[in-house]
Amino acid sequence: MSSLSERPANPVVGQAIEHESAALHVTGHALYTDDLVGRHHGVLHAHPVQAPHAHARITRLDTSSAHDVPGVVRVLTASDVPGINDAGIKHDEPLFPDEVQYFGHAVCWVLGETLEAARRGALAVEVDYEPLPAILTVVEAIEAASYQGMAPVMARGDAETALASAAHVFEGEIDFAGQEHFYLETHCALATVDENGQVFVQSSTQHPTETQEITAHVLGLPSNRVTVQCLRMGGGFGGKEMQPHGLAAVAALGATLTGRPVRLRLTRQQDMTMTGKRHGFHATWRVGFDDALRIVGLDATLTSDGGWSLDLSEPVLSRALCHVDNAYWVPDIRVQGRIARTNKTSQTAFRGFGGPQGMLVIEDILGRCAPLLGAEPDDLRRRNFYVEGQTTPYGQPVRHPERMVLAWNQVRESATYDERLREVRTFNEEHPHAKRGLAITPVKFGISFNFTAFNQGGALVHVYKDGSVLINHGGTEMGQGLHTKMLQVAATALGLPLSKVRLAPTRTDKVPNTSATAASAGADLNGGAVKNACEQILGRLTELRAANPEASWEELVRLAYHARIQLWAAGFYRTEGLSWDVTTMTGSPFKYFAYGAAVAEVEVDGFTGAYDLRRVDIVHDVGDSLSPLVDLGQVEGGFVQGAGWLTLEDLRWDTSDKPTRGRLSTQSASTYKLPSFSETPTEFHVKLLEHAHEDGAVYGSKAVGEPPLMLAFSVREALRAACAAFGPPGVSVELASPATPEAVYWALDEARS
Amino acid sequence: MAGIVVNGEERSLDGVPLHTNLLDFVRACGLTGAKEGCAEGECGACSVLVARPSPDGSDTTEWTALNSCLVPAAALDGQEVVTAEGLGTPEHLHPVQHEMAVRGGSQCGYCTPGFVCSMAAEYYRADRPGHAGHFDIHALSGNLCRCTGYRPIKDAADALGAPDADDPMARRRTTAAPAAVPTGLRDAESRFIRPPSLERALAILAEEPDATVVAGSTDWGVDVNLKGARGSLVVAVDRLDGLRGFETVASATSSTSDGELRIGAGLTLSEIERRLAVSATRLPLLAALFPQFASRLIRNGATLGGNLGTGSPIGDAPPVLLALEASVVLASTAGTRTVPLSEYFTGYRESVRHSDELITEVVVPLPASTTTAFHKIAKRPFDDISSVAVAFALEIEDGTVSKARIGLGGVAATPIRALATEAALEGRPWDADSVEAAARVLAGEGTPIDDMRASARFRSEMLGNSLRKLSVS
Repeated sequence: MSSLSERPANPVVGQAIEHESAALHVTGHALYTDDLVGRHHGVLHAHPVQAPHAHARITRLDTSSAHDVPGVVRVLTASDVPGINDAGIKHDEPLFPDEVQYFGHAVCWVLGETLEAARRGALAVEVDYEPLPAILTVVEAIEAASYQGMAPVMARGDAETALASAAHVFEGEIDFAGQEHFYLETHCALATVDENGQVFVQSSTQHPTETQEITAHVLGLPSNRVTVQCLRMGGGFGGKEMQPHGLAAVAALGATLTGRPVRLRLTRQQDMTMTGKRHGFHATWRVGFDDALRIVGLDATLTSDGGWSLDLSEPVLSRALCHVDNAYWVPDIRVQGRIARTNKTSQTAFRGFGGPQGMLVIEDILGRCAPLLGAEPDDLRRRNFYVEGQTTPYGQPVRHPERMVLAWNQVRESATYDERLREVRTFNEEHPHAKRGLAITPVKFGISFNFTAFNQGGALVHVYKDGSVLINHGGTEMGQGLHTKMLQVAATALGLPLSKVRLAPTRTDKVPNTSATAASAGADLNGGAVKNACEQILGRLTELRAANPEASWEELVRLAYHARIQLWAAGFYRTEGLSWDVTTMTGSPFKYFAYGAAVAEVEVDGFTGAYDLRRVDIVHDVGDSLSPLVDLGQVEGGFVQGAGWLTLEDLRWDTSDKPTRGRLSTQSASTYKLPSFSETPTEFHVKLLEHAHEDGAVYGSKAVGEPPLMLAFSVREALRAACAAFGPPGVSVELASPATPEAVYWALDEARS
Repeated sequence: MAGIVVNGEERSLDGVPLHTNLLDFVRACGLTGAKEGCAEGECGACSVLVARPSPDGSDTTEWTALNSCLVPAAALDGQEVVTAEGLGTPEHLHPVQHEMAVRGGSQCGYCTPGFVCSMAAEYYRADRPGHAGHFDIHALSGNLCRCTGYRPIKDAADALGAPDADDPMARRRTTAAPAAVPTGLRDAESRFIRPPSLERALAILAEEPDATVVAGSTDWGVDVNLKGARGSLVVAVDRLDGLRGFETVASATSSTSDGELRIGAGLTLSEIERRLAVSATRLPLLAALFPQFASRLIRNGATLGGNLGTGSPIGDAPPVLLALEASVVLASTAGTRTVPLSEYFTGYRESVRHSDELITEVVVPLPASTTTAFHKIAKRPFDDISSVAVAFALEIEDGTVSKARIGLGGVAATPIRALATEAALEGRPWDADSVEAAARVLAGEGTPIDDMRASARFRSEMLGNSLRKLSVS
């Protein structure tokens, strides 16, 4: 057990406590960025002018008539930008574009005394466009060879030879959809400028440091002139990792030019039409199996739909390639990745960050091939699990593969899988118009940012003279319970009750140069840093404690102050032992793997394709949980969000040749449906894997944000099994993703015909 | 002076632009617990409680959850509103808030105040079984959460017992809700009028036929929020006494029937749902509609008259009412007329209703046919818009279909009757062969289109399958 992972006696970590803001949430007292508007005077409101073309050159932009609208104060255009007119880190995202790259692209922004004035001002802005040809789908992009960024190949052994000599070879393709984040809180920024010209932006951002950097470069200021704060977010899910920056920059630009606070809050439609989403992918594959049902080779090409700019598409693609194996040993493998450039929103991070997309490919392959091999899907999956000593396609040894087996066996048992499989078969024999499906799927997910430099965290811990403690860290709170966990870590490290510790909002002037709160790594990185800061302080008190063994904490602190001992500390943590070579796609990018397994049962109506998620059982590995109630919530919520992606959430763009080509057709809650109460499993049993101590993370825990999302493959595979039950034995079912009732209907109709 | 009592405090409507919705109004009061998540009544993050007359018609109050984003603040003149802040404080949590907090019912917390209000409305419903484990989850069908997966929210709801006797919100139920207050407000561009009577409403429409009539505002509110609609005159008719009847009477046209059910066009769908449940009149087809119609939050505001008035081809009520052979009563200062619903719709969002007419009643002849079903095809069972909706009302005597009425939504520019299918069924035996023949006819009804909800091919297939499914159920 490492000093990082070892817990003291009676730790506060591990206690199932409620979210630190729960009482504020339930009473409506918790403040989000837009709730601050009423606490400022003279606030201006920003409204975009959105282009009605998927691709067009702007030939004229005349803002003069907007100024005739009562209440319009200013229109922000490219000529107002004192610094760099770019909202990204790849310099391919002009903040005020001269060429429209997607339907709804913001051309300029109007500031008004009221939102109504700004909205009317935006309607009055005159823009002439010269429409240009637009590429909408990945398939169109492949035909036009429209790609951007890197095109990596991950390879081990000789996939071609392995496939040539395999006993069974299959090939196929799949085109699957992305996902809208639909955080309940849309993007928001509120910018003010103080008497010194210091810019202060409150932003719904998962990445305050990058919001700060991009705001600064747009304004032409050094980073020390811009401070970014995030109180909390109403959900992030990756959607607020890159996307907030340009919006914050617009608000800050407006504030510096007018001297007044500027609020920029997107409506749901603006948020859905302007900000990036989970990448949809297109994949082609050839796979080989031996007679013992073991995968012997895989050759696949994954093409992601990157949208109009690179954004995070490259690291998303890397993670997709790193998760094509999921939990399975593939001795000879070659996977090529490409990023399509299309005239859509710039697709970005979303919980799992490419991992789910990579895993969907292999799970789809196994689901389709099992009947062709005459195999039971659960048996085919189980036979191909990694064993100790094997490495991933990128060369990282698979640590603790036995935990995958443990989770699998436990959930199989607690779900009474074998017994229920018999029951399902009996049900299906007796019901010609309704069929049930039962499936079990595994998850192995690598934890750490692929890009090694991001794996650092910072914290600032103050002990005041009265013994009370205030902590600050570089992570942001979006509902995932990071702040709750950090309070527990600090209380544990200092040996204090939770009531002694408070937490202050995330700000770039408290902890600088932070990484995004992303990659599930928030608790690992910031927890390591908080613990480090606390230990520095305790270290300085060692002698005093030895001299005053009976002193209370408050007494000890008082003595320390008078002895001129520093009572605050900046903590730092970096994840050790990581390596990643992006050119060869090899290394050990992950500190460890998180494991889980899920069993899902569905019932499908043969007349309509409508289905019921009857029961879900999960055993998931969170290491030794830092905060069991929080972790349970992450597992359940991640699972349902994953099920939404795979079964319900249906992003549709207009791909016709009409003038509305490129318009997002599902741009509101009435057309884009996410899971509601009716989609939650009727029976839902989640257990955390026991005795799952992780040596390489703070207090033996594991990251939990993303991995559970991929447990939802069990639902997709259960639907496939139910569709197959409408047909003759051994039928292989191709299922679209998302598997909406319509998609399920066509799949079952195909199976029975 | 026009105003709204919010959390016990009078808040003036003076100077508030008339397009301001209740959500923006309470947020401008500094009560920022209610949130805008979608601005179209789909997510429930804006849910607040409004004191409304109990649906049983007694002089008591029911705390009714509404989407505050859809209602003009002006429409709440003289009313009592409670937000999440008014239920409890961080130091003294309300029982609903307590259960949500301790069970992990909030993660990011953004949807939470809305969930709390929807849950509190059900907690205070007078006819709810007041013990743990008896929570009607449909009360939360209009609230979306993106974080939790709902299990802890359901557990919180199921843990709720009955309110304490000294709970002030519970006590408030025992006295009458505020009456609708005649309102006349004006700003620089527009007027808002809640007339004192049906007669006055009709007189206004006779004088100003371009007025926007709202009867719950769940459709108009979306146009205001998402499309920037701004009516120069908005007339609210939803709480007019003359539009709130609900009674079974002898038929005016037939002496052989069991009479007819006359439903006031200004009753909310929730009120109709509840009155039907306790009524001696049995209308299972109409009862089957409500749980599938949008969400409780919408049904608490939306009225039947409003649903027919907007004339949407994908409204869920018209197929059911078409199958029930309902009529609508249209009134103007010139008098009233009764129009069969099958002749009411004339085109996409168009009807025979003149702009100076109001729908006052919906009349359903009794008895209804005995074999009925409502099939709604959508992506999501809760809170979704139909791809296709099919309502069947069949009379089967001695194995033969003696009468068939079938209403369809989502397959044409208007809701339609499946006349060819009805003809294919009537007089034929109710057996596999004639069902299959009729299902093929039904699949060819209407002119379905491809859109983001479903393909045309799927819509047609679902039409035919709805009859096949009915025949084996």
